[in-house]
Amino acid sequence: MNTDELIALLARQSPAVDHRAPVRRFGLALALGFAGAGALAILLLGVREDIAAALRLPMYWWKLLFAASLAAASLLVTLRMATPGRRVGLGWVGIALPVAVAAVAAAVALQLAPRESWGELIRGDTWLVCPFLIALLSTPALVGALAAVRNLAPTRLGLAGAACGLLAGSLATMAYCVHCPEMAVPFWAIWYTAGMLIPTVVGALLGPRVLRW
Amino acid sequence: MTNPPMTYSTAAVRLELADATPDMLQFPAASEVLMEATPQSAVEARLRTALEAGLAGDARAYRTFLEELGACLRAYLRRRLHHAPADVEDLLQETLLAIHNGRHTWVPSQPVTPWLYAIARYKLIDHARAHRRRDALNLSLEDAGELLAAADHEPAQAGHDVGLLLQQLPDHHRLPILFVKVEGLSVREASERTGMSESAIKVGVHRGLKALARLIGNTP
Repeated sequence: MNTDELIALLARQSPAVDHRAPVRRFGLALALGFAGAGALAILLLGVREDIAAALRLPMYWWKLLFAASLAAASLLVTLRMATPGRRVGLGWVGIALPVAVAAVAAAVALQLAPRESWGELIRGDTWLVCPFLIALLSTPALVGALAAVRNLAPTRLGLAGAACGLLAGSLATMAYCVHCPEMAVPFWAIWYTAGMLIPTVVGALLGPRVLRW
Repeated sequence: MTNPPMTYSTAAVRLELADATPDMLQFPAASEVLMEATPQSAVEARLRTALEAGLAGDARAYRTFLEELGACLRAYLRRRLHHAPADVEDLLQETLLAIHNGRHTWVPSQPVTPWLYAIARYKLIDHARAHRRRDALNLSLEDAGELLAAADHEPAQAGHDVGLLLQQLPDHHRLPILFVKVEGLSVREASERTGMSESAIKVGVHRGLKALARLIGNTP
């Protein structure tokens, strides 16, 4: 088939394009991913027993805000990366900012606390499992995000995969908050970020294989 | 009486002068000169209009878009692949198919050149990676402005036969493409011929073209 024939083929019966359909599909994938993370958190890990009291603590909402702002920023970056030729630009700042703020808050908290308590503040009770649990919770959202982005047109596959991973990780962290007993800023600034980095790296590795179109 | 268009080849000018009477001789307007001086922006404007109309459902505009884009891409790829001219037509077809499959990601308010350039570059890098032995691909791809700078309407022989690759698709992809895209039947007619539902036909064409793109990408 020569190029003219291919062009004739592509142009014949090409119906109008619905610009909202891919975004809708993406939203659905994310909603399912978040629901999956929530289901895993509630059914597999269990809601923390003091959840009623925890919800009244400002620190609970700071954790949630940290994760939610990363989710919003990585969603923006993912959507931009899924459009060819679209520059991410300041989108990267949106990701760096919550991490930087949390790091500063953790440093301040450590400064204000006696040095003997630093180990406890940083390790808490669950530092060994926390990142891996977040990574586990992110699996449905990662699959959903990758599948949705594959239907768009990413041109930098590794980075697009990483953005999907960070998005999945931050959604998982939001869900994880209902289970996690740790409140100290040094703890979650480190281990929640580490937990989100795992699906980010997995997404970056999977991207070039899975996102081809 | 309309004025003859200004051309820039010497032979044509001589002919015009020979036939012209004094009141016909005119210097080109400044705006005409400026338009000739920036052909890329004129092409960008044409492609953008055609694509926008095409995405709204105008099949003829979409075809015009693909044809003019194809000529520009061919010239661009010929420059980039001057050491492997046999690959140009294949990569051109692969890129056109990718642009078709990704057309839903272009937002009509955006310029068309960066979008096209990103896709062309993506396919070109893929190609370079797959043919790593064909070294020294001078990939200074930073200049998106080059993409629409020239047009080449002379097709070369393609190495792949997309027609043959189509035959390799499973029935639920191949048949909808065959009836709707090759034979030009309507979705309803294709549905009657194949026994597949109308939505299955539409999905079959959509997914079939994506599967075809992956087949081309995987075939050396």
